[in-house]
Amino acid sequence: MYLSTFFANATPALPEIALLSMTCIVLLADLFFSRLCPRIPYYLTQLALLGVICLSLCALNKPQTSAFFGMFMADPLSSLLNVFICLTSLFSFLYARSFLEETKMPLGEYYTLGLFSVLGMMLMVSSQNFLPLFLGLELQSLPLYAMIALRRSSGIASEAAMKYFIMGSLASAMLLYGISLLYGVTHSLSISEAAIIFSQGTATHNTVFACALVFIIAGIAFKFGAAPFHAWAPDVYQGAPSIVTLFLGSAPKIAMLGFTFKFLVQAMPTLQTQWQLFFIILAVLSMALGNIVAVVQTNFKRMLAYSSISHMGYMLLGLISGTQAGYAAATFYIIAYAFMTLAGFAMIALLSKAGVEAESIKDFQGLNYKHPWLAFLVMVVMFSMAGVPPTIGFFAKLSVLQALVQVDLVWLAALALIFSVIGAYYYIAVIKTMYFDQPEKSTPFPTLPLDATIAISVNGLLLLILGLFPSGLIELCNKVFL
Amino acid sequence: MLGQYLPILIFILLGIVMGVLPILGGWILGPKKPNKEKLAAYECGFPAFEDARLPFDVRYYLVAILFIIFDLETAFFVPWAVVLNDIGWFGFWAMMIFLGLLVIGFIYEWKKGALEWE
Amino acid sequence: MINLSHFLILGAILFCLGLTGFVVNRKNLINLLMCVELLLLAVNFNLIAFSNSLNDISGQVFVFFILTVAAAEAAIGLAILMVFYRHKHTIAVAELDELKG
Repeated sequence: MYLSTFFANATPALPEIALLSMTCIVLLADLFFSRLCPRIPYYLTQLALLGVICLSLCALNKPQTSAFFGMFMADPLSSLLNVFICLTSLFSFLYARSFLEETKMPLGEYYTLGLFSVLGMMLMVSSQNFLPLFLGLELQSLPLYAMIALRRSSGIASEAAMKYFIMGSLASAMLLYGISLLYGVTHSLSISEAAIIFSQGTATHNTVFACALVFIIAGIAFKFGAAPFHAWAPDVYQGAPSIVTLFLGSAPKIAMLGFTFKFLVQAMPTLQTQWQLFFIILAVLSMALGNIVAVVQTNFKRMLAYSSISHMGYMLLGLISGTQAGYAAATFYIIAYAFMTLAGFAMIALLSKAGVEAESIKDFQGLNYKHPWLAFLVMVVMFSMAGVPPTIGFFAKLSVLQALVQVDLVWLAALALIFSVIGAYYYIAVIKTMYFDQPEKSTPFPTLPLDATIAISVNGLLLLILGLFPSGLIELCNKVFL
Repeated sequence: MLGQYLPILIFILLGIVMGVLPILGGWILGPKKPNKEKLAAYECGFPAFEDARLPFDVRYYLVAILFIIFDLETAFFVPWAVVLNDIGWFGFWAMMIFLGLLVIGFIYEWKKGALEWE
Repeated sequence: MINLSHFLILGAILFCLGLTGFVVNRKNLINLLMCVELLLLAVNFNLIAFSNSLNDISGQVFVFFILTVAAAEAAIGLAILMVFYRHKHTIAVAELDELKG
């Protein structure tokens, strides 16, 4: 086979190949031209992400095609997830620029590592074999560990990086142990072959398979940050610089959902009853713990971390239902969540003064008197997280609950509703602080960078507009599962 | 059967004995009359400045980290070289792309000065 | 006679040792790095055992990749450890205590 055949074989992986090439170019451009134009890695990065978004959009309507001897598969689901992974990353990189320049963090390294992480995420959603799937997961997490520690002047950032590294590698090891056992059960590392073996129904009644399932689900829960495997999330969210937190809290969760679909929906479509119970436990614990512990937090980043744990619980409800509608609802939920969390952490980064982040809820006191537009945007984000109509968060919650009711898990839906009422309390407390408390003293308001202000306005209004007209995105999510 | 592993067991035991015996012999047979000069760290011709068990310079870590990565990438080349005739040009170009990516990483560390000692 | 289940049990024991090391070790972060390596080696053990008994080469290929990833992980872990040491002047696990609540 010659080079032309090589590339003909690789066309389904065009977005990934383009991203990899651009990442290398960004790295080299940073090395050789950063003195001429320090922002060159930033511009190239955004260009690369825009290009990949276009390529993935083009692939959205194509039927599934595989490449690299069946190890890689591009299908509508992976294209959809790719689009949103890149879009959320584009937003996070946009928010990051001004903060990076202000705190003198290395710009080129941040964007190169970020792009490598995005590449890993894209690999996670389109691999068709456990080997590249695992490589994608590692490629996604390893740059994230380094990105947290990138702010070397900060002691808590290094501690957060250490914790994230330890917990992340533990999770990968558990997942790998599960995969190794699964390999013994299915006699193959290919996902489609595993699905064939499982559909015959003989391989699943032994201890090895049970162990494999437990380890895989524990690993997935770790990576999602779902209770009881959530312990790292609050510390890491708080300790990492906000511009890193908003990246690691958004796009990797979308990729992780795609990863979970690979295992549960594509490899074990017939075993829904076996994994359902584990996920019910995870979801109930996450919703309960996330919502209740968030109430007592005074640190805004920590509060958002607990809120993310509870959101992961809601998202898992969609998986639990085990229907096409449920999977589509989970996809819709995770996309909505990614945009909410982006806007929430971007606000913290935006309001930082001279490199000190506005991470206490007190910093938001009387924001309405200082900057009404930002206060309005924070309000939209909080309402969306609480699930108040007409924001996107409402429809996200509605669709997962609908999926649950359709499969007669009404008690679970009722429980989710009760927890979301508890959760609404702390979101609304933030809004009260902004609108009804007087600002403490007349500290000078930070000058907001123009590009990030426009981006956060678009981001916040997106939550509102998609909430008013949600049908397009919901239909898109439904379509990829048909 | 386990019996066929007996030679290996004997081999391991012999290896251990051969290693331990001289040390043990020296320890038992040698005269032990320590004094201050004898216990001091060996330094050629003048009194020792400091303890011989120095912690490693932190720069060794950097070199070690860089070494691990490049060392293990070499592990991919050996199986590739063995089966190159079977996998043909496709395998050749795949490896060249891999090598190209490695070179980009190498250029990065070189340009950043990670290979300079001072 | 040694068969597949013996290898699997050995793999499981190694994995448990690694996990135990994670939980009981309070002194040294380097030990945690070694525990991660041990966990990954236990996985490798499983894969090789299965690969041998199934007569399928892909398990051994997987092991190659895990080794490489483990090296990359160790490299990043050591790098983070150095940043951490510069701030705390110690690498005790108990010093990971600034973030809590």
